[in-house]
Amino acid sequence: MPLDKSLKKVMVIGSGPIIIGQAAEFDYAGTQACRALREEGLEVVLVNSNPATIMTDSNMADRIYIEPLTQEFVARVIGQERPDGIVPGLGGQVGLNMAKKLSESGVLEQYGVRLLGTPLEAIRRAEDREGFKSTMKAIGEPVPESVVAGTLDEAVAFAGEIGFPLVVRPAYTLGGTGGGLAYNMEELAEITNRGLNASPIHQVLVERCLLGWKEMEIEVMRDNNDNCIVICSMENIDPMGIHTGDSIVVAPVQTLTDLEYQRIRTASLRIIRALGVAGGCNVQFATDPESLQYYVIEVNPRVSRSSALASKATGYPIAKVSAKIAVGLNLDEIKNTVTGKTYACFEPAIDYVVLKFPRWPFDKFTLANRRLGTQMKATGEVMAIDRTMEGALMKAVRSLEIGTPGLIMNGLESWADQDLDQAMRNADDRRMFVLAEAMRRGMLTEHIQKLTGIDRFFLDKIRNVVEMEKKISREGPEGLSPELLTEAKRMGCADSYLAQAAGTGEENVRAMRNKCGIKPVYKMVDTCAAEFESVTPYYYSCYDEENEALPTGKPKVAVLGGGPIRIGQGIEFDYCSVHSVWAIRDEGLEAIIVNNNPETVSTDFDTADRLYFEPLLAEDVLNVLENEKPEGVIVQFGGQTPINLAGKLHRSGVKILGTPVEDTDRAEDREKFDKLLAGLDIPRPPGKTAFSVEGALEIAKEIGFPVLVRPSYVLGGRAMEIVYNNEELLSYMATAVMVTPEHPVLVDKYLQGVELEVDAIADGETVLIPGIMRHVERAGVHSGDSIAVYPAQDLDKHVKDQIVDYTMKLAMALNVRGMINIQYVLHRGRVYVLEVNPRASRTVPYMSKITKIPMVSLATKVILGRKLKELGYEGGLYPESGMVGVKAPVFSFSKLLEVDVTLGPEMKSTGEVMGVDHSYPMALYKALVAAGYMVPSQGTVLATIADKDKEEALPLIRGLSDLGFNICATGGTAEFLRKAGLGVEKVNKIREGSPNIADLIRSRKINLVLSTLTKGKAPERDGFQIRRAAVEYGVPCLTSLDTAWAMLEVMTFIKEGDEFVLTPLQEYS
Amino acid sequence: MKAILALEDGTYFAGRPFGSRGERWGEVVFNTGMTGYQEILTDPSYCGQIVVMTYPLIGNYGVNREDFEAKKSYVRGFVVKEECDRPSNWRASYKISDFLAREGVPGISGVDTRALTKHLRNYGTMRGIISTEATDPGALVEKARSSPHLSGQQMVPEVSTREIYRIEGQGRRVALMDFGSKLNIIRHLQARGCDIYVLPPAAGAVEILSLNPDGVLLSNGPGDPLDVPYAVETVRELAGRLPIFGICLGHQIMALAMGAKTYKMKFGHRGANHPVKDLVTGKVYITSHNHGFSVDEETMAGAGLEITHRNLNDRTVEGMRHVNLPMFSVQYHPEASPGPTESDYLFDQFMEMMDGYKQQISSSGG
Repeated sequence: MPLDKSLKKVMVIGSGPIIIGQAAEFDYAGTQACRALREEGLEVVLVNSNPATIMTDSNMADRIYIEPLTQEFVARVIGQERPDGIVPGLGGQVGLNMAKKLSESGVLEQYGVRLLGTPLEAIRRAEDREGFKSTMKAIGEPVPESVVAGTLDEAVAFAGEIGFPLVVRPAYTLGGTGGGLAYNMEELAEITNRGLNASPIHQVLVERCLLGWKEMEIEVMRDNNDNCIVICSMENIDPMGIHTGDSIVVAPVQTLTDLEYQRIRTASLRIIRALGVAGGCNVQFATDPESLQYYVIEVNPRVSRSSALASKATGYPIAKVSAKIAVGLNLDEIKNTVTGKTYACFEPAIDYVVLKFPRWPFDKFTLANRRLGTQMKATGEVMAIDRTMEGALMKAVRSLEIGTPGLIMNGLESWADQDLDQAMRNADDRRMFVLAEAMRRGMLTEHIQKLTGIDRFFLDKIRNVVEMEKKISREGPEGLSPELLTEAKRMGCADSYLAQAAGTGEENVRAMRNKCGIKPVYKMVDTCAAEFESVTPYYYSCYDEENEALPTGKPKVAVLGGGPIRIGQGIEFDYCSVHSVWAIRDEGLEAIIVNNNPETVSTDFDTADRLYFEPLLAEDVLNVLENEKPEGVIVQFGGQTPINLAGKLHRSGVKILGTPVEDTDRAEDREKFDKLLAGLDIPRPPGKTAFSVEGALEIAKEIGFPVLVRPSYVLGGRAMEIVYNNEELLSYMATAVMVTPEHPVLVDKYLQGVELEVDAIADGETVLIPGIMRHVERAGVHSGDSIAVYPAQDLDKHVKDQIVDYTMKLAMALNVRGMINIQYVLHRGRVYVLEVNPRASRTVPYMSKITKIPMVSLATKVILGRKLKELGYEGGLYPESGMVGVKAPVFSFSKLLEVDVTLGPEMKSTGEVMGVDHSYPMALYKALVAAGYMVPSQGTVLATIADKDKEEALPLIRGLSDLGFNICATGGTAEFLRKAGLGVEKVNKIREGSPNIADLIRSRKINLVLSTLTKGKAPERDGFQIRRAAVEYGVPCLTSLDTAWAMLEVMTFIKEGDEFVLTPLQEYS
Repeated sequence: MKAILALEDGTYFAGRPFGSRGERWGEVVFNTGMTGYQEILTDPSYCGQIVVMTYPLIGNYGVNREDFEAKKSYVRGFVVKEECDRPSNWRASYKISDFLAREGVPGISGVDTRALTKHLRNYGTMRGIISTEATDPGALVEKARSSPHLSGQQMVPEVSTREIYRIEGQGRRVALMDFGSKLNIIRHLQARGCDIYVLPPAAGAVEILSLNPDGVLLSNGPGDPLDVPYAVETVRELAGRLPIFGICLGHQIMALAMGAKTYKMKFGHRGANHPVKDLVTGKVYITSHNHGFSVDEETMAGAGLEITHRNLNDRTVEGMRHVNLPMFSVQYHPEASPGPTESDYLFDQFMEMMDGYKQQISSSGG
């Protein structure tokens, strides 16, 4: 069937901010979809609240609305744009849910909008538990047997029917508290009784337990003519029980015979047909490691995280093809752009091994529960490709950037055997390293298999690496023969890993390797295992014979990407990398990208002229550069990852384009930076480096409390804290860091004030400042967690001038070619520099969109030697835009138990949204709504305010009271408010007994929580529990008074029923 | 220890030996399936060939006692990137190297199979030789050059039954002309209750008709269809007298019997991912392939044959039927094993054709 001619204008719904479980993969999917639809001559309208995406770039769709993804706003866009159809399956669960809401509330019908792609009915059948069960039953596909039991007898009867083991889950309890695994009747009775009591509706779900079964996934595609194909099969190394997003996954399936594989392949086709899915779809199976039995676990009737992985693993563009199917095309009418010869209707054959490794945020959330289970906790992932399983694993491990080049994790060597056993039984993010340590100690594969449930096939591969490591340790550097080195490199061992094992330097290993000519070659990802000649410039390294990535003769430039999405380094840097690549191509040069994140646009095979899917470590990058011999490398756009590599690359003779490496170092090295500022006469908060606890106390006494303390050797705000007195400082020194002469601690005066931020572009002559942002939260809250406003509201001209002056001076003095980001604090009328980042920052996409200055493109062209003036830009502060853009952070606290939600110097947010409008309060309102804050118009506010904040909080709470809110407060706060003349209801703190504040939150009597941190960092149990309860029950919880003021401003301004018009990005003025 | 794979054009690849030791020549072909090596190794159609697997990890799930397509392996050699020495699967009984050793098949691992595949894709399948003994690649290349071509070898008699035998069933009687039939073809007929007579390839039309079958199935098999002229003759005689269904070599034999021509393809189709379009329904099926010859489309019309299935990748003929006689055939493998099972509807069509023919005969009083 050709394109549906009745469609002229189509709307795509994006997935909104990055949260755990929904990362950059939907930017990749959405971008592909928008392009695919426009290729068919359709006008595309896009709605997404996430400004850090490529899909929201003005050239991606005809009309782009950066608006909150709520029914109200999306319906308004539909009303304004009147699209003919809407494509819901490409914006993750958010997009799908929105489409369901719009359909159910009659909005689609009202405006005559058709739902394209998979019909709603199919989505319901796939997502509704009972509907899914009955559909599967009708086609004879097995689902795990389960029963909802209200009494023990019902559970026992069910057990009699299907046997043990069984999982018991109480209904409606958070985190599954009160559930468990039953292996016999006795345990079943105990757990069921406990569960029934824990459940507020006195119900438990009893289900066949598939713990230890293999978990398989099949990515399927179906078109309007009922043609079905399988794109990719995937096997989770982690058995059932760990969320697939938290599992290490390989493609294709490794341990199933053809018979077993065809059984689930056939089942997946039957399922997708029975459901009536049109487009991409993911089916999960549990397969018995001891029989042919399998169960269908779940179907995702949309493009998902697994689809992104499957796309990158095979080269097959799932989102693009899904979009084409949604508008009427069939698989045999869509060209396979990879081969350029064949059609999209085929099953990719791969001739390599792909491995995905999740990236968890536990380096930031040290107190979080690291245990892996059914709730996904990873923020991002890496993918690696090699010709061997070991190679793919080792590349993936080092792509994680968690400080280990191999399977050794520091600290595990001192664990007792029992601790290792325990950690293998209850997997957390460290399990790969734990089981490697177990192998290192000689534990049997059978033992490890029993504890982990991981198939022996994979354990043997891991053991191969451990054995290699041991062998090299035994032999020492002298024993590194060419044969042994070759073997180790084929297993993917990094030079630094081998160096560590052999007890020598990485440079030595590299030199030895170069001497023997042991170099990687690059092979192509071509969807067809070399059966057809292909044109995709998508490569991976391996230590095999033939090199397919022969360099072209053209001048070329390499861009280093940002690696996995993690807290502090998000999708923004992929946005920047992609734009840099485009600018290079725009200049007539060949662009090469190196990256390892399968969720991104930068790793789409047609973004750059050549894509190298590789770890971002010096060795891997140098290998690529040696193969390609580009004119130079750009390191400014991938966040901190490439910046950290710059020095090593530079020392190896690589030309770093843009700001010189020495100058980058001057901005990052404390002493050099201080010297620079002194020379320029630019003030910064006073501070010094402490080499001992006594030294720290001394410095604090000299500069005065409060002080900001952090270790000098960790970047990105980790272990950073504001302390107010000696006691807190001592506690920090005792718990958070180990101060030694090698690992000093920086002690800086904490200046309370307004935080201001700029991104600028400099070419050596001209410094262009697109704009000044003002943070809503005061300095001390990490800039990534602050609400940012552009243009900065209520800023005196002399402050602006000062900032422009300092920025120009710093950019010139640091010889910046390209981007620079500077954070300032305005303290008592004076501007101080807090931090300088000689690279693109996370605010670049946001600022690019609101100012309409193509910042990355300009910066890249400057890096390539052009001047801003010839590109049409003058220096200084760019005239302010008429639109106000508010960037708000989005957190994933509901996925991470035991994490305090209080804002502080350590970044905690996973994503961001933007609100845009002509007026500031409206933009702020949109940003808050988009970020998921339900802005209450009435109800009850609960306040627990630390003593140091009480005075400041008074007018705020008075304002809320004046708006008609009831005020509840705990003891001290209540008394303080009462004395100030406010009507307040005192409530019990948690330890004061029930009903306490947590109970109030749970009973949904609270609409807004204000809770400021009492002291230091020691988990202050009461406040912590209140804040957690708020998160878990979806009550807005504000921990900064500044955010609260912003919220009050919005509540004062917004009147229900106000009419307003939404402006597409293309019409920002 | 080293093993060498030398090709007739002078190219050679060094690797490690596994499986049987010695020296074997054959036509070097590649298969892109990611699972199914056990079925491939025991598919008689690979007789005379050295098989290269493009998927790099082979042997992961071992070799079990059930998934055989013939009692033994007729493959001349097996080329992989990496063979798995510690297989893991609940049914695994042997590891692949021991299986190959038992079957007398020399294997070579550590080969850049992607480079080799690209070579075969660019220059076509060619003769080659695997040796675990020779050390001089030049001499091996010479041997490869002087080894027989695939066409001209008599392989069908080597891999097929010598005696007629019956697998009793209650349903339709099928005469299966065995040119090297995969066991799964028989399993499919059994699953449909057929009463099966398996006949040697040289069985004549008279003998077949004397069994009074409802239909004839022409099986898959190795080599060039021109090398089984006696089977072509038999099919010509049977045409119009019984419903006939052909698979792979059986499809090519049917084409020759009706007067069409076949040709050798550059590198053929071997894998489990080929899209084939049913021109009657417009549906596309992902199919299992193993063929190096194809029916020449130009010569079909004159033979009363029409195309029913076409390969979406290279547009070659994948299925045909006679315009008025009860005969149809496919170039690919509806019996799967290995590969997708979605084309098994063709066996049902065969059943329907037999029933329809029977009805037609009885209603016309014949």
